[in-house]
Parts: sequence; C-alpha cells; structure tokens
Amino acid sequence: MKTKIYIPCDSSAVSMGADDVARAIEREAAQLGIEIDIVRNGSRGLYWLEPMIELETPAGRIAYGPVQPHDAASFFRPEFLVSGEHPLRLGPPEEIPYLKNQERLTFARVGITDPVSLADYLAHGGYRGLDRALAMDGAQIVEEVTTSGLRGRGGAGFPAGIKWKTVEGVEAKQKYVVCNADEGDSGTFSDRMIMEGDPLVLIEGMTIAAISVGATRGYIYLRSEYPDALATLNDALEAARRSSYLGENIRGSGKTFDIEVVVGAGAYICGEETAMLESLEGKRGMVRFKPPLPAIAGLFGQPTVINNVITLASVPIILERGGEFYKDFGMGRSRGTIPIQLAGNVKRPGLIEKAFGVTLREIIYEYGGGTVTGRPVRAVQVGGPLGAYFPESMLDVALDYEAIAAKGGILGHGGIVVFDDSADLAQQARYAMEFCAIESCGKCTPCRIGSTRGMETIDRIIATRGAEKSECIELLRDLCDTMTAGSLCALGGLTPLPVTSALRHFPEDFGLDRDAKT
Amino acid sequence: MENAHSWDRAAVERIASALKDTPGALIIVLRRVQDTIGWVPADAVPVIAKILNLSRAEVHGVVTFYHDFRHQPPAKNVIKVCRAESCQAMGAIALAEHIKRRIGCDFGQTSADGAFTLDAIYCFGNCACSPAVMVNGKLFGRVTPARFDEEVPKVTAR
Repeated sequence: MKTKIYIPCDSSAVSMGADDVARAIEREAAQLGIEIDIVRNGSRGLYWLEPMIELETPAGRIAYGPVQPHDAASFFRPEFLVSGEHPLRLGPPEEIPYLKNQERLTFARVGITDPVSLADYLAHGGYRGLDRALAMDGAQIVEEVTTSGLRGRGGAGFPAGIKWKTVEGVEAKQKYVVCNADEGDSGTFSDRMIMEGDPLVLIEGMTIAAISVGATRGYIYLRSEYPDALATLNDALEAARRSSYLGENIRGSGKTFDIEVVVGAGAYICGEETAMLESLEGKRGMVRFKPPLPAIAGLFGQPTVINNVITLASVPIILERGGEFYKDFGMGRSRGTIPIQLAGNVKRPGLIEKAFGVTLREIIYEYGGGTVTGRPVRAVQVGGPLGAYFPESMLDVALDYEAIAAKGGILGHGGIVVFDDSADLAQQARYAMEFCAIESCGKCTPCRIGSTRGMETIDRIIATRGAEKSECIELLRDLCDTMTAGSLCALGGLTPLPVTSALRHFPEDFGLDRDAKT
Repeated sequence: MENAHSWDRAAVERIASALKDTPGALIIVLRRVQDTIGWVPADAVPVIAKILNLSRAEVHGVVTFYHDFRHQPPAKNVIKVCRAESCQAMGAIALAEHIKRRIGCDFGQTSADGAFTLDAIYCFGNCACSPAVMVNGKLFGRVTPARFDEEVPKVTAR
C-alpha cells in the first residue's frame, strides 16, 4: 500500500520551505523506488513547527516538524520505517496540546483534508449544512443563523442573522452575496488559512447565505497579496461546479448561485465594506455614506449580504448542528468560537480557535509560550493596526467583543501581535498614523490630513521637552478626538486607538514621566 | 530610455475590448494590463477610457488610487518587504534597512542598475512566520539579513 504523506500547501508553510520539502521527499522516494502519495493539505496552524509533515500509519497520522529538505532521506531509512522513531517526531497531531485544547468548529477540517478535493470535503462532514438548508425556506435559515448568535468576524461584530434578514425581506430582481476576503489587518491570517486550507467551507457558507436571501450571484473580493488563495479558491469553485454544488439547479433544488473571485489592487481601505463595493464596481475604493445600508442598496445598487470569510465559513456548521449548538460556545453576547491569530514576537505563533472568553494571558503564555526572544512581554496589540496596545498588566482581559471594548480596545478580526521590551511604543503610535496616511481613501479630512499631522505631532512630542511637549500632547489628543468623531469609517475613526493607548500605557516612550500619566 | 518605456498598445486594446461589457471591469482590465505588460503606462489611460466608455479622469483616478498599479516599468526583480506590526515585532525595520543597503534603493524605487524594485507591503498574512519578504513572487518567512543574502540570489536574475 502506498504511504500517504501530508505536506502543507499553506503559503506560510511554503514560506518556510514546504514546497522544497515535498520535492525532496518525492525525489528520495523515486530514487528508492518507493511509491508514496503526497497530499498537499492546509496548515494545522502550528506555525513554529512548519513545515510540519504527517505520515499516515495504521495508528493514525503522525506528525513531524519542522522538517527541512535535507531531512527527506531520514524518513526512508530502514530503522525509521521499522520503529517510527525520529528526532522530529511530534506524535499524533491532534494530541499536541496547542491543538488538543482548541475548539475547532470553523477550522474543523483545515490541515486534515486536501483543500480542493470535494470527496475529502464530503467525507469530513462537508455540505451537510447545505443539505439541511435546502430543505428549509429562506426565513428558517435566517432564523437558525440568528439563533446561533453569529456576529461578523471581520471586526465590526454585527449580528449576521439581522443582516441576512434585511436582505431576505427586500424585493429585488438581483441580490448579491459578497465575501470580504480583503484581510488587510496586519497580524491576521485566518481568512487566508480557510481559503488555502478549506475553501469549500467558505463556498458552502456563501451558498447557504445565497439561498436564504434569494441571491444568485456571489463575489469573493480577495486581496492581491494572497496569490495562493486565489489559485486554491478557483480550483475549489471548479470542483463545486463539476458536482452541481454551484451553478444552475444546485443539487436538483432548482436554486441557482455561482461565485466569482475578484482580486483587489492593494488598498487597505477596500476591507471597509462600502469601499469594497466601490472597488467591485471598478471604481476608487472610496467609503460610502450609510444609509443606505448595503443590505438594501449594495453592489450595483442591489440588496447585498456582505460578510467576512470567517463569518461565512462558520455558517455550514451552524446549519449542520443547529444554532443552539453553536450558541453554547462563548460568553456574554459573543457566541461561538473565534479563530485567534497569534503572531509577532512569540515562541509558538499560530491559529487558535477557541470559544470566546479565553484570556489574552492564556493565549500568549499557555499557547504562545511567551516571547521567542525570551525577553519580557511589554506590549500586545489586539485587533489589527487599528487596535489598542495593551501593557502586560492588562492581559487578564477575556477575548470577547464587549470585554475588550470595556478595556478601551477592539477585538477586530482576532489578531494578536506580541512585542517584547525592546519595542518603542512612541514609534508604534507614529506608525499607526503613517499607515492611516498611506491608506486613507481621502474622503474625510480628519483622516486624510489628520493622519499626516498626527505623524508630525508625534515626532515633535519625541523631540521636545517641557511646555512645548505638553502643548504637542494636548494637540495630539485634540487631533485624535477630531479623527474619532469626524471620520466616516473605522480607518480614520480607530487610528487614534493605537495612538492614545500607547500614550496612556507607555508614556515613558514619549519622554513623559510615568507618574504624570493621564 | 525611450525603448524601455514603450508598451504594447495592441495588448491593452485587446484586454479592454474583451472585458468592456463586464460590470465594474476597470480594475480587472488594469490588473490584466499590468499582469501582461508589467505596468500601467499613463498613455494607456485614454486608450482604456475610450474602450470602456469612461472619462480619462475616471481611469486615471483608479490607476492612482490603488497601490498595486505601477506607473513605471518594474525592474527584472521585484522585492516586497512587509512593514506591518507583526513583522516589526520580529525585526522587519532592521531587515528593511539591510535590504535597502544591499540592493541600493528605497521603498517605491528601482535601483540605479535597474536590477531591483523595492515595494513596501502591509501584510502578506504570513504573520506567524514574521518577518516576511516576497522575492519575484516567492514568499519567505522568518527572514533575517543573513537568510535574505543566502536566498535571494537563488530566485533573482541579474
């Protein structure tokens, strides 16, 4: 029997050499005349172990990592084949505590299956949600999603069911489902992992959304920085079409829906839903006024469901297991699970899907193992480039939309970036303003101009002392207030968050006396 | 220089004509133009505008809005360095300085010898393997100055 060897095709694993490992193993096997079957799976999300390969054995899959091309020969030595002993042996992947202690609902198949194999998808529970949805009417599907408590995972946290209900209730010739795959927040990569590791779950989620609201066309707006995700999505769409899971008369139901991937052109602002619609219409990604809500007048003026990748990819399990099942995970008004992306200066970075309520401290120390440099954790940015910087003393906050907000932050798309004590938070604050200046769409003056003035003011705070410094700080606070209150969208509205949190929690980096902090 | 800045007008016309009836075609057209000829020449703007029945201002506005579209032809080798927070936490600022010195140009520029174009990127989604650099379309994770010097010659042409 041919041995199955799983080697991730995930672009992060590939950035650590997974393609080279696959080629080396293939070459070694060919030289020895041993038949093997290499499956390119998604990543399990244990990125400090990538490239992590898995060998199928009678006792289940056994993981090894991090594997380098020069290790290829060691997997074919007789003593290894007899004993299975290997210095890189990690054991059964699902027994690795990092993975074992997660609650993987949305990511249930990622790292396990061949991402573009419909047969694999079906064998691991795929399309059960759609099967159930096809037996329901639109309102019942919306009801199930509402019951689940699912909120938009892109950052805003708006209840998905309410959005769908609005679209479902509007009469229109043409409705759309648009998936926001413009995962621009630095420190986040869960959308990419789904699209590269289990794209069919996203396609299934979009299809369920479409039949519930009566949409026939779908778009995935994908950022151009994800070329591998584009290729995988297109292969998966083709596989779904071939077996009548997309197109006309889906699975004999009489329903029609198809999806097209549209690649962005490098603009962070296009992750904002109305700017994304403008971009899909071929225009500059300028933020629109709301109302009208996109649910009523969205893409090409038609009612449009817009959800993030993770939101849509969480829908199949809700339909399969029921809204009540999903709702049982989580805390407060944050129901279900959140794929947390742990990155930056951390020993064990990766993807951690947990029910809402886990604390930052657990994530950073128990999962992450502290910093990779071995120095103390000094600052943690939660929620992407528009998220607050928290000091070590605040890490006991639970990951939950409301709990983070109560501490002056945002959960955003669930990205966590850890910095050690070499970080300079005045420079991080300056960078936040710089990023806003680079990425502002230009519609609102406080965002367009204020970001550049903010950068200059932070430079002056750093360079000056005494009364002039105090004046500049006053000016910066005033500017941040204006940006928060005077910007249409979250870019201008939330850029002050990393700035003011850095100032509040790390005044010494701005040359201020810690005791005099305000 | 004249020759270096010439461009294939027929290719642009072909791409725009094929997509002129697609709703919201402009960005798709511009992307294909860039994928085909490497950049979006200013002189191509009126050509595209005419075929898509848009004003030149509309096309110019879109070309200049998006960071991806190049107004000059890129060098043979394109190096993209992530400048975002996770990569910063793992030494991306020092790495970027090293790369600038090594290839002899700043972000948004092409080196004097015409061998390298350097782009700043804000996140490849490779944050768990920070810092990240892409060289001629190939992504590298946990890049140190030493790893950059070792890997880059393997994937670049002089």
